Amino acid sequence: MIYLYIGVMALVTYLIRVIPLTVFRKKIENRYIRSFLYYVPYTCLTAMTFPAILYATASVISALAGVAAAAVFAFRDRSLVMVAAAACLAVFVTEQILLLVL
Amino acid sequence: MIKEEIRNGCRDGVPIALGYFSVSFSFGIMAMGGGLSIFQAALTSLTNMTSAGQFAGLQIIAAGGALLEMAVTQLIINLRYALMSLSLSQKLSGEVSMWQRLVIAFANTDEIFAVAMAHGKELTFPYMIGLQALPILGWTGGTACGAAAGSMLPAAVNSALSVALYGMFMAVVIPAAKKSRPVFFAVILAAFMSCVIYYLPVFSGISAGISIIICTVAAAAAGAAFFPVREEGGDG
Repeated sequence: MIYLYIGVMALVTYLIRVIPLTVFRKKIENRYIRSFLYYVPYTCLTAMTFPAILYATASVISALAGVAAAAVFAFRDRSLVMVAAAACLAVFVTEQILLLVL
Repeated sequence: MIKEEIRNGCRDGVPIALGYFSVSFSFGIMAMGGGLSIFQAALTSLTNMTSAGQFAGLQIIAAGGALLEMAVTQLIINLRYALMSLSLSQKLSGEVSMWQRLVIAFANTDEIFAVAMAHGKELTFPYMIGLQALPILGWTGGTACGAAAGSMLPAAVNSALSVALYGMFMAVVIPAAKKSRPVFFAVILAAFMSCVIYYLPVFSGISAGISIIICTVAAAAAGAAFFPVREEGGDG
C-alpha cells in the first residue's frame, strides 16, 4: 500500500513538471508573462519560508535566531550550504542557551 | 563542448547536492517515524524530488489517507513547479529535443530551477543533466542515511536540522533581492501576504499549499505589473 502512495505522489509531481516543459515549446514573447515567470521562483520560495520557518523548530526564539543567521550569511552571498549550516547552527546554539536559562 | 557542459552542470550542482543531503537527512528521520522502511523512504525521494510535497505526503501516509487526497495535495503543493517548468522551457536551447525535455522535467526542483535560471547562457541538455545528477544522488542518499541513523540523533539536533531547507530558500532569494529592487518588492509582498493568510482568522480555512499558490501568483503578478522585465532574463 505504501508503494501505491509513493507511486501516486511521483506520478502527479512528474506530470506537473513535464506538461509545461513539453507542451510550451515556443518562446513566450509577451513581456508581462515573461516578467511574471521571472518573479515566480522568488515569490514562491519566500511564501514557503515565511512564516513557516518560525514554527519549524522547538521554539520560536531559536527559529528567529536561525532566520537572522541565514539572512546575514545570504546577504553576504555565501553558498546555499553555508547559509543552511549557519541557520542550523544558530538554532542549535540558541536552544542550548534557552535550556540553560529557562 | 558536450563534456564541458556536463562538467559545468556538475560543478553548479555540488552545493545543491550537499544542501539536499543535509535537508533530506531530516526527511529520512521523519519517514521512519511515519512507518516507512529505509528503502521506501529513499524510493520516495528518488521518484519525487520535492521537499514540501514529500513532507505533506508522509503525513497522509502516516494518517492512512485516501489516494485521491494524496493526488490532490501533491497537485496543490507542487503546482508551483508547473510555473517553474514553464519558465525553464523559455530558457532551454532550441536544440533540446522532446525526449530530453521528458528527462529534464523529472528533477526540476526549486534550487535546480533557481540555479538554471541564474545561468548566464541558454540551457543545453548536457548542462541540465550535469546539474541534476548530483542533487538527485544527494537527495536520495541523504534520505537513506537519515532513515538509517535518525533514530539515534538527539531531539536538539533534529530541531536544528529542520531549518536547513528554509535556509537554502533564503540563500536563493536574498542575494537576488539585494541586487534587484523589483525582486525585493515582490518577495516582501509575498512574505507579507503569506503572514496575513497565516495569522488572520478569516483565512484559517486556507491550507498551506493553497496559501503558497495564492501568494506566489499574486506577488509575481504585482511584480510583473509594476516592474516588467526589460530584456531576456534581465533583472527588471
